[in-house]
Amino acid sequence: MTWEIVLRVVLVAVAFLTLPLLVGQTEHKVMAHMQARVGPMYAGAFHGWAQLIADGVKFAQKEDLTPREADGPVFRLAPAVALLPYLLVLLVIPLGPGDLVGQPLDVGLFFVLAIVGVGVVAVLMAAWSSANKYALLGGLRAAAQLLGYELPFVLAAASVAMAAGSLSLPEIVASWRPWWLLWQLPAMVVFFVAGLAEIRRPPFDMPIADSELVFGYLTEYTGLRFAFFLLAEYVGIVVISALTAALFLGGWHGPWADSVGWLWMLLKTGLVAFVVIWLRVAWPRLREDQLQRLCWLVLVPVALAQLVLTAAVRIALQ
Amino acid sequence: MVRMSIPGAGLGKGLAVTLKTLVAPSITQQYPDVAPELPPRSRGVIALREENCTVCMLCSRECPDWCIYIDSHKEEVVVPGAARPRQRNVLDRFDIDFSLCMYCGICIEVCPFDALYWSPEFEYAEYDIRDLLHDKDRLGEWMATVPPPPPHDPHGEPSKEETAVAKRAGTS
Repeated sequence: MTWEIVLRVVLVAVAFLTLPLLVGQTEHKVMAHMQARVGPMYAGAFHGWAQLIADGVKFAQKEDLTPREADGPVFRLAPAVALLPYLLVLLVIPLGPGDLVGQPLDVGLFFVLAIVGVGVVAVLMAAWSSANKYALLGGLRAAAQLLGYELPFVLAAASVAMAAGSLSLPEIVASWRPWWLLWQLPAMVVFFVAGLAEIRRPPFDMPIADSELVFGYLTEYTGLRFAFFLLAEYVGIVVISALTAALFLGGWHGPWADSVGWLWMLLKTGLVAFVVIWLRVAWPRLREDQLQRLCWLVLVPVALAQLVLTAAVRIALQ
Repeated sequence: MVRMSIPGAGLGKGLAVTLKTLVAPSITQQYPDVAPELPPRSRGVIALREENCTVCMLCSRECPDWCIYIDSHKEEVVVPGAARPRQRNVLDRFDIDFSLCMYCGICIEVCPFDALYWSPEFEYAEYDIRDLLHDKDRLGEWMATVPPPPPHDPHGEPSKEETAVAKRAGTS
């Protein structure tokens, strides 16, 4: 049925456009209140709810600059490459029981992990084509970080896939049990931390490092293109939060899951997104060596140990 | 004593602090909508009581930024019955350039005749830097905004006038 596919795609697109704004506004407000401020108060009538819309209008008005030395087509394409993967990922994340999912896919998890990895290409495109040494430094840092953290990210996700015996996201959620919270806890921590690094959020924002690299690979971006990169970061939060909620927190599981399962999923996603914002306020940025050390000496061994544990428990249960 | 620390305890502490601040009421003052409550000795702008000024030039000389400009001329005052006419200074110009002023308050401290005062008014920003030069009329207008002096500290030393009165009462 074509109209149903169209409807699903439209709904996913709507979620793609609204949820990041919601997360962005929450970040404004949560950050402000965690610093004893009140945040934006003027745009819109009530507590500055329209701040991000106003920001969007502002970004759209700005001049669209491409540096003379820049590699034009690549420079202009990079924001789209950064944004699009997350839109595709949103298609396969289950919102509720049954077929409340944009597009059920048997290899959903595999698809998600493959697509999220495309982010590094966008970063490298932006960094190299900018013809700016700060942008290039930021891009190199981002590449080292993203490649490093891809491994624990995938290993942690593999653990839960092994536990559920499926690569399909709806099936993983369906076979989730509350005691997995304890069993898969190390994998969840690894997945969440690696996910944070994947979307380059503080404390893993070294590639951007606005105090040392003047915004890293985003240095030369202005106006709408910069806004797209910004949007990509916020969609990234939504995606990582939704993935963490779906894989490790049981997705739509909860009381009355059949009727309000989608609400549970949104609630859990929102909770994880709040933690993402919270970490940004509370923790300082990691140094390059600390970043790599955490990845290779902590996260990867923990993820591997978790894989062994998962396999052992699975065999014991059979 | 050996300080035992659990790895990651500091990270948890940071999270706790921010969460506590999140639920505590914020301290922001909605400034343009709500006027701030400034303490009585706030340094906003300098006010001039022109009739107290004797053109002694102390303020102008002590000003570290040299932002006070004073011009004057002498006038003869003929007092009927006096042997000679008296002379007095008349203030022609008293300007303070607030684009130079660093609000140290030395001019107010050194003024022997209480001609200069701190006013807490601070909203006198201008689009043109030249408009920050306040002439004596404008400085005089600020006098209306000078708050009354704070009451005498009951635990402090008695004022000079009070001790003088007490001494006189004791000796006579």
